[in-house]
Amino acid sequence: MSDERSWRDIDWTLLGTAFLIATLGVLEIYSATRNTPWDNAHIRQILWIGIGVGLLWVCSKIDYHWLVEQSPVFYSISVGALFVVFLFGTTVNGAKRWLDVPIVPNLQVSEFVKVVIVLLVARYFAGMSRERATISAIAKISATVGIAVVLVKMQPDLSTSLSYVAILGMGVFLAGLRWKWVAVALGIILLTAPLAWRSMKPYQKDRVTAFLDPEKDPRGKGYQSLQSKIAVGAGGVWGKGFERGTQTQLRFLPEAHTDFIFASYAEETGFMGVVFALILYFILLMKIVNNAQTAPDAAGMHVCMGVAALLFFHVFVNIGMVVNKMPVTGIPLPLMSYGGSNLLSTSMLLGLVNNVRLRRFTN
Amino acid sequence: MSGYSEERRYTRDVETAVFQYVAAFLFLWLLTGFWQLQVKEPEIYEERAARNRVRALPVLAPRGKLLDRDGRVLVDNWPAFKVMLSRDELNMDSLPLIAEGLNIPYERLWERLEEIRDEVGPEYRQIILKESLTPPEVAFLDAHRAELPELELLRSPRRLYPRDGRGAHVVGYVGEISESELEEDEFALYESGAEIGKAGIEREYNDALTGTDGSKLVLVDSRSRRVRDLDLVEAKPGRSVRLTLDLDVQSVAELAMDGRRGGLVALDPRSGEVLAMVSTPRFDPNRFVGGISGSDWTALTEDPDYPLLNRSIQAQRAPGSIFKPIVAWAALDAGVIDRSFKVHCGGGASFFGRFFRCHRAGGHGWVDLEQALMHSCDVFFYTLGKELGIDRLAEYSEKAGLGARTGIDLPHEEEGLVPSSKWKVRLYRDRWWPGETISVAIGQGALTVTPIQAAYSMGGLAMGGVWHQPHLLPYDEMRELRPGFEPPEPKRSHVDPRDLEMIVRGLWDVVNAGGTGARAMIPGEQVCGKTGSAQRVSRAYAQNSDDPRLLDDAWFVGFAPCEQPEIVVAALYENGEHGSLAAPIVRDVIKAYFDKKRRLDWTRRQQEGERPRPEPQRGPEKPSLAAVEEAAR
Repeated sequence: MSDERSWRDIDWTLLGTAFLIATLGVLEIYSATRNTPWDNAHIRQILWIGIGVGLLWVCSKIDYHWLVEQSPVFYSISVGALFVVFLFGTTVNGAKRWLDVPIVPNLQVSEFVKVVIVLLVARYFAGMSRERATISAIAKISATVGIAVVLVKMQPDLSTSLSYVAILGMGVFLAGLRWKWVAVALGIILLTAPLAWRSMKPYQKDRVTAFLDPEKDPRGKGYQSLQSKIAVGAGGVWGKGFERGTQTQLRFLPEAHTDFIFASYAEETGFMGVVFALILYFILLMKIVNNAQTAPDAAGMHVCMGVAALLFFHVFVNIGMVVNKMPVTGIPLPLMSYGGSNLLSTSMLLGLVNNVRLRRFTN
Repeated sequence: MSGYSEERRYTRDVETAVFQYVAAFLFLWLLTGFWQLQVKEPEIYEERAARNRVRALPVLAPRGKLLDRDGRVLVDNWPAFKVMLSRDELNMDSLPLIAEGLNIPYERLWERLEEIRDEVGPEYRQIILKESLTPPEVAFLDAHRAELPELELLRSPRRLYPRDGRGAHVVGYVGEISESELEEDEFALYESGAEIGKAGIEREYNDALTGTDGSKLVLVDSRSRRVRDLDLVEAKPGRSVRLTLDLDVQSVAELAMDGRRGGLVALDPRSGEVLAMVSTPRFDPNRFVGGISGSDWTALTEDPDYPLLNRSIQAQRAPGSIFKPIVAWAALDAGVIDRSFKVHCGGGASFFGRFFRCHRAGGHGWVDLEQALMHSCDVFFYTLGKELGIDRLAEYSEKAGLGARTGIDLPHEEEGLVPSSKWKVRLYRDRWWPGETISVAIGQGALTVTPIQAAYSMGGLAMGGVWHQPHLLPYDEMRELRPGFEPPEPKRSHVDPRDLEMIVRGLWDVVNAGGTGARAMIPGEQVCGKTGSAQRVSRAYAQNSDDPRLLDDAWFVGFAPCEQPEIVVAALYENGEHGSLAAPIVRDVIKAYFDKKRRLDWTRRQQEGERPRPEPQRGPEKPSLAAVEEAAR
């Protein structure tokens, strides 16, 4: 294979779209954090974007085949790191998710584990024959990824652990899904749902009930859903204008620059801004899928689709939550929400996609 | 590289296409959510966002003050705080904190919220949680502003009445509007929770006294901290209302009635202006402000002395001998006697087969009308009553303003009762027995009057048959208050000046010539008056009972000067035993009036540069009635 990489081979559409989304994010972070204790958040976000571009470049440069090959090693390290978090992590809002290491403070390990799981799943399914995957094969990879899922779930961080499941699900889907199994799985889910409900933590139940009826207890658990809905609706078609969303500026909207940044964005830019942002996200996803379709091999295809599945899961659940179509869960919106860990992991994932793109004509 | 890259092309075109379609579909589904919120019904959310950030706070208008005729403050307001609750923002977890900080028992707070929940009305409307906060409670709210965004501290001016209840019955009190009052036309514009005048002047002139609340739109953040004021509509304070009451006269009247149960009314008979009005025992109207407690209310309503009764317009009692001047006028005017008519009083007389005693067992001998008034000779007036008959007596009584409301601008005035043959038929389906007239002629029997009627009737008679409607709001004030207002015409009846002078002479004798009202004498002033000692029950029954409430009521009605009187005062001293004991009350009030008048005159003369002259000290002096005396002889 050749190491000649032309600038033309870089997926400019993908990276340009991502950069545009990140820019919208920075602007909205600036607007939403004015006159708050976090009013320098947009500067830090720009800093993270700078580091993210660097990581993206690194992840594009190193041949993804090597990365995929080494994924079991990375995964072992990841699981070890998750254990360390489990034992020594910093607790914020009742969740132990962050590791306070010297150079990168407040590192959210589970974000970076996503990248590893994308590689691991790609390695596992690409290594199989063209035959459809057997149940035992699926069970094996599920059990492996399950370790990380359980560890993250115990932090507790249900949404991130579910994002791992999304990557795994995409892998299984691509490996060849038998509809019979899907039916069986759905049946099992329906049967176990009441049991699951019983084993859910009270705050999880609250979130589900709040999702089903946000008006019931406006100051309580449904507060976020309701305020988000009000912010979005108040934006109208054309929006309140930059820095002029009252729900955002007067801080009725919780987490206005992190998990609910899309609600602030929707309030200030209106339906038009929403359509614009959703088109950008759609282009991003379609470009990733496009790269999967043009990938030189199964591993590349699996890597791209894993990234697509993960990003789609995040975007769909986060925006769905903002518009009250999904329960409230602490899940960031990739590229827009303020936060280093998510931005860096997303950069790495996009780097991987670009990596596959750069090597599409090789071999 | 390992085996998995051996394949030239490993594609999953179907699966990736499925993903693309699913992703596109789900994005569209999300977009429908935004469409619903932002395009189809943004107004709903815009309105809710506005409600989130804009808080409308009422700026409460203070009630108008009540002033006396010289502009001195009778009733004022004091700056207080109350706390409002926004129900739609209430966090049930905060209840224990609220209960503790505002010193409301938790159970009561809970009950109140339960009550409110049942009420209809928009949830975002704030309700009053507590009024008249103490300084520690205000400090508590200040300190917990961020934790308790559902609470809002409001400046609310409150009524301040004299603590001792002076003037309480006249000015009345304010309180929260009741369910039944809400349905009255008068209060159609009020909402529940509003403070309205409940009694007295507060009630009568509630509209004028009530200001127009302003409002303040405040931009708040999610912690209810004020970001800035958006709009302010200033409150329009209620109009201050000046009354005809004279604080100097009123104060003396209050003091004079201290320790006695009864009512007092001082009028200017030339205009009908009420100079003083007292009812005892008193109550503290401050207890009504912001809602009276159940125990206070029970204590007031179950008090055997009925402190809430405004005796000056609501006590309906037999007038006793203060009725005699009207009988005298009736007899002279109807021509049943002439001015030289004399009766021999031998301590009693028989009428219609029954013996009626005079209050003086030994009798008064031969008495004419002047002497009969002076000594309050019952036999003389029995005779007049017999001659007049009940219906003529009733007719003149009604002309003099008895048996009907005077129309004073206070709620719930009583009418008193003037019996007549018609009245008896209507009420008892029985004819009037002439013997009953005899008792009525000395102010007993079924006849009852209120203190204000006593003052009104005597004042009008002394004015020569001109009865000016009593009122508490000066007419100039009234014209400003109600454009197009015309003072009511005084009622007039024929009173022959010569008849009047004879009656007045008798009433002068009562006070100044050793009559029954000698205690009302004021050196230097021409005070006329009449005592009344009205039986509550039959003499025999009263003597066998030691219930102090069965003792005779003491009345005194006095006026001064003799001609064109400036002031007429009626005092009812319940169970005071004898009218002579009510006389000093009236004397004090009349003296206060003239003391003030002389002081003002003296000051005015000084200011005009005149050399002050000492007031001539005049003793009691019979008015010059030479013409009348001549005519009488």
